[in-house]
Amino acid sequence: MEFILTVNGIKRTVMTDPERPLLDVLREDFKLTGTKYGCGEGYCGACTVLIDGKCVHACMTPVAMADNRVILTIEGLARGDSLNPVQEAFLEEGAMQCGYCTPGMIMRAVSLLQRNPNPTDEQIITEMNGNVCRCNGYIKILNAVRRAAKQIKASASSVELR
Amino acid sequence: MIDDIIGEPSQRNDSESSVDTGCQVELSRRSFFQVLGAGLLFTVTEDVSQGQRMGDRGRQSARVAARLHINADGTFTVMTGKVEEGQGARAELTQAAAEELRVSAGRVHLVMADTALVPDDGMTAGSRTTPSTIPAVRQGAAAARVLLTRLAAEQWQVAPAALDVRNGIITNTATKQTLTYADLAKAKDVAAAFEQTIGPDVTVTAVSEWTVLGSSVARPNCRDLVTGTHRYPSDIARPNMLYGKVLRPPSYGATLESIDLSGAKAMKDVVVVRDGQFVGCAAPSTFLAAQALAAMSKTASWKTVPHPSSKEIFSYLKGHAQRRSGSRPGTAASIEKALSDASKSLSETYEVAYIQHTPMEPRAATAEWEDGKLTVWTGVDYPQRAQGDLARLFGIPAERVRVIVPDMGGGFGGKHTPDAAEEAARLAKAAGLPVAVHWTRAEEFTWAYFRPAAVIECKGGLDDKGSLVAWDFTNINAGSAALDPPYKISNAATQSVNSDSPLRQGAYRCLAATANNFARESFIDELAAAAGVDPLDFRLAHLDNPRIRVVLEAAAKHFDWAARKKKVTGELGVGLACGTEKNSVVAACVEVAIDRRRGEIRVREICEVFECGPILNPANLTSQVQGCIIMGLGGALTEQIQFQDGKILNATFAGYEVPRFQDVPKIDVHLVNKTDIPPAGAGETPIIAVAPAIANAIFAATGVRIRSMPIRGGQLREA
Repeated sequence: MEFILTVNGIKRTVMTDPERPLLDVLREDFKLTGTKYGCGEGYCGACTVLIDGKCVHACMTPVAMADNRVILTIEGLARGDSLNPVQEAFLEEGAMQCGYCTPGMIMRAVSLLQRNPNPTDEQIITEMNGNVCRCNGYIKILNAVRRAAKQIKASASSVELR
Repeated sequence: MIDDIIGEPSQRNDSESSVDTGCQVELSRRSFFQVLGAGLLFTVTEDVSQGQRMGDRGRQSARVAARLHINADGTFTVMTGKVEEGQGARAELTQAAAEELRVSAGRVHLVMADTALVPDDGMTAGSRTTPSTIPAVRQGAAAARVLLTRLAAEQWQVAPAALDVRNGIITNTATKQTLTYADLAKAKDVAAAFEQTIGPDVTVTAVSEWTVLGSSVARPNCRDLVTGTHRYPSDIARPNMLYGKVLRPPSYGATLESIDLSGAKAMKDVVVVRDGQFVGCAAPSTFLAAQALAAMSKTASWKTVPHPSSKEIFSYLKGHAQRRSGSRPGTAASIEKALSDASKSLSETYEVAYIQHTPMEPRAATAEWEDGKLTVWTGVDYPQRAQGDLARLFGIPAERVRVIVPDMGGGFGGKHTPDAAEEAARLAKAAGLPVAVHWTRAEEFTWAYFRPAAVIECKGGLDDKGSLVAWDFTNINAGSAALDPPYKISNAATQSVNSDSPLRQGAYRCLAATANNFARESFIDELAAAAGVDPLDFRLAHLDNPRIRVVLEAAAKHFDWAARKKKVTGELGVGLACGTEKNSVVAACVEVAIDRRRGEIRVREICEVFECGPILNPANLTSQVQGCIIMGLGGALTEQIQFQDGKILNATFAGYEVPRFQDVPKIDVHLVNKTDIPPAGAGETPIIAVAPAIANAIFAATGVRIRSMPIRGGQLREA
């Protein structure tokens, strides 16, 4: 079957089995390998992407479910050389060791901060709990999400002042 | 060389290879240039095929050119066989070279783990990068700086001692004339100079003079990690590549009796391979390959064999222990006597379950044959050994195999074996196209290897003054890391005894040191309680090792041990533990909240002090210590492989609980920068104090001694 997906702002057509996971289509057909396979069952969050602004596990999402929808992956987050504040915050905090969970962590945090720009620690922890980091870099990841929230708030208020 | 490996992982899927044709990937000159830059290409290719070993042994005789090259712009390309898997080797080895070259870290490009380009630095394991490869890189880089300085001295016709090197600029201190490394690279025959061997007399920069080492240099490719552009082993794609799947037995030890491949073979674009017990397929998508595998799998008939279950594992390991009689001449009898002469003696047995590394990236490989040569991109800890394994499997010379390890998604000791590489190479050979094999999480859980389970028998005796006078400690199955107690004990005997592990077992972060430390530090607590002495005072009274004493006293101070010990209730306990392994030392204090009725254990706070000599990179060290502590929480409290009838019962992240955000307590890390000894590795030892400190805190609160890892809250209800 044919499906039309808007991925990172680009409209893409794919002919494939409707049951095929979105993760495989992103990685194998579109060569967008930033989204990772971690467990294939939605327990680790490595494959987190946004569909119409909402977090999903790409490993559990049949491509048919993404038809005619807008998908954002880690590769679509930066604007040219300008990184998203969450990406910047991960760099500033050094919040990655092997980095394999990082794209999923960043996408989850982006989604959280879009809905709740001023989260409490408890809200961050609850939201991020589905994402596993086996290097166990949770402390620095938490710091990065806090930093990104502050950064987003600061830039929003500077925009308001103007 | 690696002290945390207790023999190679057993129970591999050995398969007779009958491969005959060959293809290859010629490492083109162009790709050499892309990697190394122009100019010094040819010295590299020569070394590459030699596969020089420059780790612990060969360092002194290695040529400078085998370790590094100067590029026309005065930057350097440095080569190492070490692998980056999140432990920070890329940053620290870059710093090591930059320090000795006297340039900023940004002017060093590190090529890692490509058998066609790099020297053999040994396996990335056993915390050996810091004590072995960092010095090798520093010596090579220091030798290069000396050679470059000599070239400048020749040009100016002055003695090299009259020159000063800073920030890549060589200055004649008398005339103030300057030459940059780039000037020399363009004008001088650096390649010929770099043909010289790295002399044993090369001196490296003293710790007090460090400007690049000792600072928190970020991982050089960190931007690629946050943008998703870094290509991990499982991200490597080649033109016309297929995705492969391998048929797995339904249980350990099962052998394939028959299978009907016709259904899978009839599927469009699917390649099916059978070679003895090896059955696999490849297709243009993972989805199609999985469908083909399912079609074959349902026709397979297997002969299964009995296999012990995790419920009986400890009696099984004990029953199969290969105890050596008389292997400890003289000691056994004196220990027996010391124990019987003791005022008080205790005898207890500890148990540690099998656990798994579960790196976020499961095993993955992409293999490509071209003209009889094989190139494999894979996540493995020792590229040169994988190269040898692949060469043997296909009966070709090692020179025709190239193994490249892109920075990979975690390992923790779990990626020593090139399983996926071998599978991808077999499928690629049959398909005549590149093939990627990406293990599923269930495959990783089942067919990788495990940290060994352990049964540890402890006997200890106290004299009438409460001093330890007898110690008899036997680890069955897990290994000998950190086996010996760091305490003064007049009669002490330890032994590590092999058993018949029903699961494939192998290295893990700190391996047996965690099991041995859990048993020893728990049992020391039991003896302290028997002596009626505070656990901190009891340890300090017996500690021989001054470095452990420093971290233990520091941890107690930061945690405010004495005051918090007084506040212990039935619901709130504190505990501590210490230890040493791989030439680093650690101590931890923890606070644990307990709900006995509900069987709940909640670790609220961990204060850990760690010392590994001079600190190479504080930010990276902090990450390693934090990561070890939290990973240690998993093994301490929840992680446990369950198996029955040769099947893993919890081969998912739903059934096998690893630490998550919600499990992270308050963590207080203190690093001791000890600059008067050589640096030691740091990615493992901080894990060993976590579990015993928790068990000791539970005992302090409840009086219940839990002698098994994981420590489960349910054990409190049962007690």
